[in-house]
Amino acid sequence: MAMTTRTNRENLPMGGWLQSISKRQLVSQVLIYILLLAIGFMLAVPFIWLISSSLKTETDAFAIPPSFIPNPVQWSNYVVGLTEFPFLRSTFNTMIIVVWVMVGTVLSASLVAYGFARVRFPGRTALFILVLSTMMIPSHVTLIPQYLLFRELRWLDSFKPLIVPSFFGGGAFYIFLLRQFFLTIPLDYDDAARIDGCGTFAIFWRIILPLSKPALGTMAIFTFMSQWNSFFEPLIYLNRFETQPLAVALTTWVQTAHGAGSMHYVPWVAIMAVSTLIALPPVAVFFFAQRHFIQGVVVSGMKG
Amino acid sequence: MSAATPAAGNGRRKRMSRLRLREAIDGYICIAPWVLGFLIFTAFPIVASFVLSFSRYTILDPPRFIGLDNYGKMLSGDPLFWQSLKVTVIYTIILVPLGTIGGYVLALLLNQAVKGVGFFRTVFYLPVVTPAIATSYLFAWILNPEIGLVNNFLASIDIEGPQWFASREWVIPSFIIMSLWGLGGNMILYLAGLQGVPTVLYEAAMLDGAGVWAKFRNVTLPMTSPVIFFTFLTGMIGTFQVFTGAYVITSGGPADASLFYILYLYQNAWNYLKMGYAAGLAWVLFAIIFVLTLVSLRVSGRYVYYEGAVR
Repeated sequence: MAMTTRTNRENLPMGGWLQSISKRQLVSQVLIYILLLAIGFMLAVPFIWLISSSLKTETDAFAIPPSFIPNPVQWSNYVVGLTEFPFLRSTFNTMIIVVWVMVGTVLSASLVAYGFARVRFPGRTALFILVLSTMMIPSHVTLIPQYLLFRELRWLDSFKPLIVPSFFGGGAFYIFLLRQFFLTIPLDYDDAARIDGCGTFAIFWRIILPLSKPALGTMAIFTFMSQWNSFFEPLIYLNRFETQPLAVALTTWVQTAHGAGSMHYVPWVAIMAVSTLIALPPVAVFFFAQRHFIQGVVVSGMKG
Repeated sequence: MSAATPAAGNGRRKRMSRLRLREAIDGYICIAPWVLGFLIFTAFPIVASFVLSFSRYTILDPPRFIGLDNYGKMLSGDPLFWQSLKVTVIYTIILVPLGTIGGYVLALLLNQAVKGVGFFRTVFYLPVVTPAIATSYLFAWILNPEIGLVNNFLASIDIEGPQWFASREWVIPSFIIMSLWGLGGNMILYLAGLQGVPTVLYEAAMLDGAGVWAKFRNVTLPMTSPVIFFTFLTGMIGTFQVFTGAYVITSGGPADASLFYILYLYQNAWNYLKMGYAAGLAWVLFAIIFVLTLVSLRVSGRYVYYEGAVR
C-alpha cells in the first residue's frame, strides 16, 4: 500500500522519473477510490434499505430480486408509525430525559471540573485521582444496588433515576475532559477578575463558562447522542409503556404486538419507518455539527 | 460556614491564610456535587453490590447471607454462566481484531485519497451515529431468513442463504456483521492518528532508502500504535458489555446461542429477581475486565510506542 503520496508529491519536480511516478500514483489512486467506493457502497446499503423499505408496501419489500426503489411509494407506513405507535408521546419522554440530563451534566460537570482545575484546596490531587479511578468501574457493578435504592425511594416508573444522578458531577469522564479544557485557559483572567472583585463562583460563571462554550457544546452533543441511544437503564427503570422513551417503547410495541395472545401484527415496513424516524435526529445532529463532533470524538476517544 | 473560621485542629501545620481558606471552602463547594454523587451512586452501591454477591436476595424476602454459594454455583453448577461467557468471549475474540484491522485499513485508504475525504468519512461514520435500536431492527430485517434483503438477493442468484439470527451456528456471525457495520468508529480515530504522524519521519525514512513497506512498518505503525492499543482495549471492554442487540433481536436464542453476558445478568436480576446472583455476575465481569486491562497494559509496554515517553 502506498504510504508515500504526500512525500512523493513534494518530490515530484526533482527528476526525469516524474512521468513514471505520477503514472504509478495514478494507478494507486484509482485503486484506492475503487476500494473506497466498494466499501462505502457496502456500508451504505443497510442505510439505503432502511429508508427504502420504510416507503414500501410489504409485498414490494419481500420481492425477489430486491429493488431499492419503492414502487409504489407507501407513505402510510409513517402514518402507522406515527399513530399506532405512540411516537409523539415516546419522543416527548425521550426529550424530557435528554434535556434534563444535558442540563445536569453540563452544569455539574463544569462546576466540579472548575474546582479541580482552578481552585486550590487540600486533597485536590488525591480526590481527582479518585474521580479518574471511578472510570474503571463498569456501570453494571453499581447497577443493582442503584436499582434497589431507586426502588426504595419509589422512583421506579419515573424519569428521576435517569435524570437525578446526572446532577451529581455528570460522570468522571466529562469532569476529566472539562478539567483538561479549563487548564488551557490562562490564569491571568482569574487574577484580573479577582482584582475587579469577582469571587470564585463569579469567575466560574462570568469568565470560565463563556470561554468554554465550544467544549460545553461538544459535551452537550455527546450527552444528547448517548441519551437518545440509551436503552438498558430506561428498560429497567421504566416498565410502563406510557413512560418509556423511544428506543424502549419501540421494543415494547413490537414485542407485545408479536407476543402470544395478541392478534395485532406489526409489519416490518412500519418498524423500518419508526426506526428511520428514531435515527433521524442523531444523524441530523451529526451532519450539522460534524466538525465539532468528530473533533470531540477524536479528542475524547469516544465513538459517539 | 463563615470565612473567618480558622483551620482548627491543625496545630502542626501553619495556619492557612484567610484567602487560602476561603478558596479551599469554595473548592469544596465546587466539587461537592461529585463527592455526594460518588458516595450515593458509586461508593455505597459498590459496597452493597459486594455484600449482595454473597447473599440470596429476591427483593420479596430480606437478603440472606450464603457465603460463597453464588460464586460456587457459577463455577460448578450453572451451565448458562459458562455459555454466556463463551458466547461473549467468542464474539469479542472475533469482532475486536476484525474491527481494529478493518478500521485501520479503511483509515489508511482514506488517508491516501486526495479528494472526497469528507464525503467518505461521512458515509463510513453514519452507521456509528445510528441508534443501536434502529441498527438492531434494521439488521434483524435485512438478515431475516425468509424475507430479508440478503437472502432474497441470494435467492435471486439461486443461492440458499443461511438462517442468520435464527440459527445456532450463524447467530454470532450475524451479530459480528452487524457490529462491523460500525467500523467507522475506529476508523475516525485511526485517521486522526495517521494525520498526526509528522511528515519529517517519512522524509527521513525516504533518505534512508525505506520502501513502502519499511515506512509503514517502521514509521506509520509505531506512531499510530497508541491509538490502536486504545481502541483495542476500549473495544474489548465494550464488547463484553454488549446488550441492546441481543435483547432486541434474539433474547439470547436460539437455544442460548446468543446469551451474551450482560443479557444473562439482566435476566437473572430482572426476570428471575436473583439480585444476589446478578451482583455476583457483575463482580465477575469486573474482574475479567480488570485482568484484561492489566494484561493489555503489560503487553502494550512492549509493543506500543509513546513518543516522548521516558524509557
